[in-house]
Amino acid sequence: MKKNASLVQSRQRSVRIAATVFLAPVILIMAIFIIYPIVSTFSISLFDWNGISKNREFIGMENWKMLIHDKVFWFAFKNNLTLMVCSIGIQIPVAIALATFLDAAGRKVNLFKVAWFLPLLMSSVAIGFLFSYALATTGGIITTFSQALGGGKVDLLGRAPQALYAVISVVAWQYIPFYMVYFLAGYGNIDINIYEASIIDGATRGQYFFHIGLPLLSPMIKSACILSLIGSLKYFDLIYAMTGGGPGTATELMATYMYKLSFTHFKMGYGSTAAAGMFILVTGFALMMQTLLKGNGSSNNE
Amino acid sequence: MNNNRVKSNIAWTIAAVLAVCWLMVTAIPFLFMVINAFKGQFEMLQKGVFELPDSWFPTNFIGVLENGFLSYFFNSVILLGICLTILLFFTACASYPLSRMKFKLRGPIYALIVACMSIPIHVTLIPIFKMSTVIKTYDSIFALIGPYVAFAIPISCYILTTFMASIPASLEESAEINGCGKFMTFFHIILPLSKPGLSTLAIYNGVAIWNEFAFANTLTQSRKAQTLPLAISAFKGEHSMNIPVIMSVLVLTVLPMIILFIILQEKLVKGLMAGAVKG
Repeated sequence: MKKNASLVQSRQRSVRIAATVFLAPVILIMAIFIIYPIVSTFSISLFDWNGISKNREFIGMENWKMLIHDKVFWFAFKNNLTLMVCSIGIQIPVAIALATFLDAAGRKVNLFKVAWFLPLLMSSVAIGFLFSYALATTGGIITTFSQALGGGKVDLLGRAPQALYAVISVVAWQYIPFYMVYFLAGYGNIDINIYEASIIDGATRGQYFFHIGLPLLSPMIKSACILSLIGSLKYFDLIYAMTGGGPGTATELMATYMYKLSFTHFKMGYGSTAAAGMFILVTGFALMMQTLLKGNGSSNNE
Repeated sequence: MNNNRVKSNIAWTIAAVLAVCWLMVTAIPFLFMVINAFKGQFEMLQKGVFELPDSWFPTNFIGVLENGFLSYFFNSVILLGICLTILLFFTACASYPLSRMKFKLRGPIYALIVACMSIPIHVTLIPIFKMSTVIKTYDSIFALIGPYVAFAIPISCYILTTFMASIPASLEESAEINGCGKFMTFFHIILPLSKPGLSTLAIYNGVAIWNEFAFANTLTQSRKAQTLPLAISAFKGEHSMNIPVIMSVLVLTVLPMIILFIILQEKLVKGLMAGAVKG
């Protein structure tokens, strides 16, 4: 008996050693490049610092007080929320519609599938630059069409309310293919027998969609919403390249605001506060989603 | 029955019209980009943007390639190679105990790694910028390795741990009975069997790293260190009014991805979709 127990112990110890060795590099890298920087950002947020000079002044919670009263930051957060609501409201229904069309029409529309997929191959920055020209008033796509139809120039990016919606449309253009492919894969996972059985029972395509397809897709729709939700709060590249947050602060997001504060105006202390604020908001949303979904049981998918 | 068929025909017609509309929404920006990439600066302004260029000779492309575009390209290639090697190896190492060993801290460590998935990179930008100036990697591609690998780890570990958990335990057990230690088992059994998972990860992370912008824009400054996503703004800075030149840069940045898509097809799609796991 005693020998057995020590055998178990030595086995456990060897597992522990192996696990430590295997996990050490990853934990080390994450500690250096994720955990430490987060802590450091919170500590820099207590200073007044331009990022270059050696001396920085400790000002306690002053930056945080400023952030709470910072109209631009909260406006940017509001833009993030608008982007979030519009992204979920536009991208996911359109993506479901496209995926349903591709699934129903089958192989003969492969050309559509490939063409619809194209935006996914472009980087966010490239899309941002492309559309900053494509939506411009001189030589832009929309203006060209409007003039061909006898209208005037269409200034989408130069004015406050429509600039945000223009940006949201471009974000939708970028991400709809992603969710389309995602839902198409979901349709692919539905057992063909279910479809055949429903058709034999006399269901129309529409009935199949609403009573079988959509309910079976719903766990995927849920995870798509979470992805889109968290992604919208962290959004940066495309908008930074396309509008830089402008005109004025019309398309400012938390990330672009933080970036400009820190690396354009070199207010690194306050920039850190904005970054930390963003971190708190994003993590808060992520935790909220997780607790909300836990109540609904697990929705695992690959 | 007949009524149903008419209805279904109408539905298909509407669907087809909408499908063509969406095709135009997707394709027109690409056409805009490609057509104008072949035009001269004033040709584009004088003619309409949708008229075909006078000549299809790639003047702009040659100019861009001769003006240092390749340096961005090779920086991206080298960086990608280094990052993927480090990332895939260490992720595989970490996913092995997380998926196939039993120890006390497994749950908490896994939860911690996965929880890092939703962290916005912006919260780390300033300290990492500061770090790069302290260890003197600022303005070189080496500054980007650490953050790229670190931020790719959480989702990669999640995907690979799930993948490794599906490898049958019997293989590992028989190896152990034959006297294979944990390390031998990892290198000779688990790693080779994980190849499909690793290739998906390589595609997913490869594309993400290839396109990464925020860190690259913060940590590099000069052409000798900048990566492909920064080429566009660099050329825009030099030729802000010459839209065709910028369009040709855009075409050149998309081209590698399109070539990859032609070669890999479904595999690339699968790799790109690997990110669609619950955050």
